Amino acid sequence: MSRRLLGLLLVLPALAVIALLFILPLIMSAVGAFQVDGSFGWGNFTKTFDLYTKDIIFTVVIVSLSTVLIGFASIAIGGYLTLGGHPLAVAALRFLYRWPMFIPFIVVGQLMRTFLSKNGMMNNTAVSLGLMTPLDTVSFLDWRGIVFAFVWKQTPFVALLVAGAMASLNRDTIEAARNLGASKLRVLFEIIVPQVAVTLTVGLILSFVTMMSVLSVPLMINAQTPTMLTADIAFRVNAYGDYGVANALGLISLVLASSVAWIYLRISLKERT
Amino acid sequence: MTALRNNLAALWWVPRGIIFGLMAFFIFGPLFNMLLWTVTEKWYFPHTFPLEYGFSSWAKVFAPRGGALESLGNSLVVALLTVAVALALAIPAGYALARLKLPLRGLILLAFLIPQAFPNLTVYVNIARIFYEIGLNGTIPGVVLVHVSHGVVYAVWIATAAFSAIDPELEQAARNIGAGPMRTFRDVTLPLAAPGLMASAIFVFLESLDEFTGSFFVGAPDVNMLPLLLYTSASGGNYQIASITALLLLVPSLVFMLLVERFLKADVLSRVGH
Repeated sequence: MSRRLLGLLLVLPALAVIALLFILPLIMSAVGAFQVDGSFGWGNFTKTFDLYTKDIIFTVVIVSLSTVLIGFASIAIGGYLTLGGHPLAVAALRFLYRWPMFIPFIVVGQLMRTFLSKNGMMNNTAVSLGLMTPLDTVSFLDWRGIVFAFVWKQTPFVALLVAGAMASLNRDTIEAARNLGASKLRVLFEIIVPQVAVTLTVGLILSFVTMMSVLSVPLMINAQTPTMLTADIAFRVNAYGDYGVANALGLISLVLASSVAWIYLRISLKERT
Repeated sequence: MTALRNNLAALWWVPRGIIFGLMAFFIFGPLFNMLLWTVTEKWYFPHTFPLEYGFSSWAKVFAPRGGALESLGNSLVVALLTVAVALALAIPAGYALARLKLPLRGLILLAFLIPQAFPNLTVYVNIARIFYEIGLNGTIPGVVLVHVSHGVVYAVWIATAAFSAIDPELEQAARNIGAGPMRTFRDVTLPLAAPGLMASAIFVFLESLDEFTGSFFVGAPDVNMLPLLLYTSASGGNYQIASITALLLLVPSLVFMLLVERFLKADVLSRVGH
């Protein structure tokens, strides 16, 4: 047997699973979005835009805002780990930032439900410190809660990638710039960040796509309107068995994600071939 | 002059202390809040801390009808089966991607990247639809298959990284002294790749344990899993049971976070799907 055929044979089972359990359902969702009572048409989309335009905008704004915040937080963490002045402070940050990384989204949702609520620990601490009275407390379990949960959970992942890329940079240029009198902030944004831009982009794209498809966080934190598309899809399927509108919503989220996904695919393919 | 500089250096600990203190509060605060809920008997507005502590919720969760034991059992069975199936698929695929010449290599790589590049929620909705037609909905094998579709991607990339980190000359040496290809793979390649494969097994196990969306569409309400129990008790307003379930899911994740670098060596980690 030729080696090429053997290779193909070894890859085939895994490939079949991806084809049958990911790519086929993906195509089904794209086709199903245009199916109204057995024939093709735009009916699902008219209904979708009538009912869910607000939620589409809500989703895009929340996910984009979270992505931007995650980006800045990761640059700050990576930058401090690379340029930090005191070894003890760097070690403290290295210890701190990674805790939320592997905590599942559903658990993050539950944590935030208790922490950010009206009687949650965040408000209680502010009250104990005399920053506000119990009557002034408000619940953060709305769009702010979702953004907080996303940034809390995804920042460690992007920061880990970014810090890793920053650590493997050639330190000579950084030292040279420092010796010429450039401030640490300037070195970070003019020398370090441009060199890790690809890693940062990949991390942010993966986070963006992940946040677009997380169901548990919006369900746990804010299931009232306006909410995220994922919660709408679940509602359409579970309450009405309405796969047409669910698939139309799904296709819209796919289109939103593919605006950035193709960048990820191009970068990754170039790296691996 | 040096005294002044030392004083200035010491002063830097003020902003550092404030920022690290805030970070610690926002990272550990939610975790601590959850821990309090697991031992709360009575707690309501506007009290800062619970009024009564106790373990009655633990007794309730682990009572035969509490649902936790069934969910824990289901979650563990599904996670172990998912690891077994995902690795059985990923080891040959990873070896081929790392070592062999493949026709249409770019297209194959693309197929393994696509699941990471698109939101999987719509995919799960349609898998549930297919599974409903063929009677797999609400069964353990159905849930395992959904988890495999997600886990196999990570498993393939980690396995590929583990195999390509092995020096090909070691395999060559084994072949030169007369070992056949199967024997070389079993006695040389596989043991060398074991730490990486172990890491991918743990990763797939955790991903399956924590997975919510797929279990929600394919498993619920027939196959109860820990994340589903967490969701139903939280939406029913039972913070104690939700927090205890959350703690059960949290512990393995934190242990993994602390161990990950020991399992995944830098040469493997650097090749894992960025």
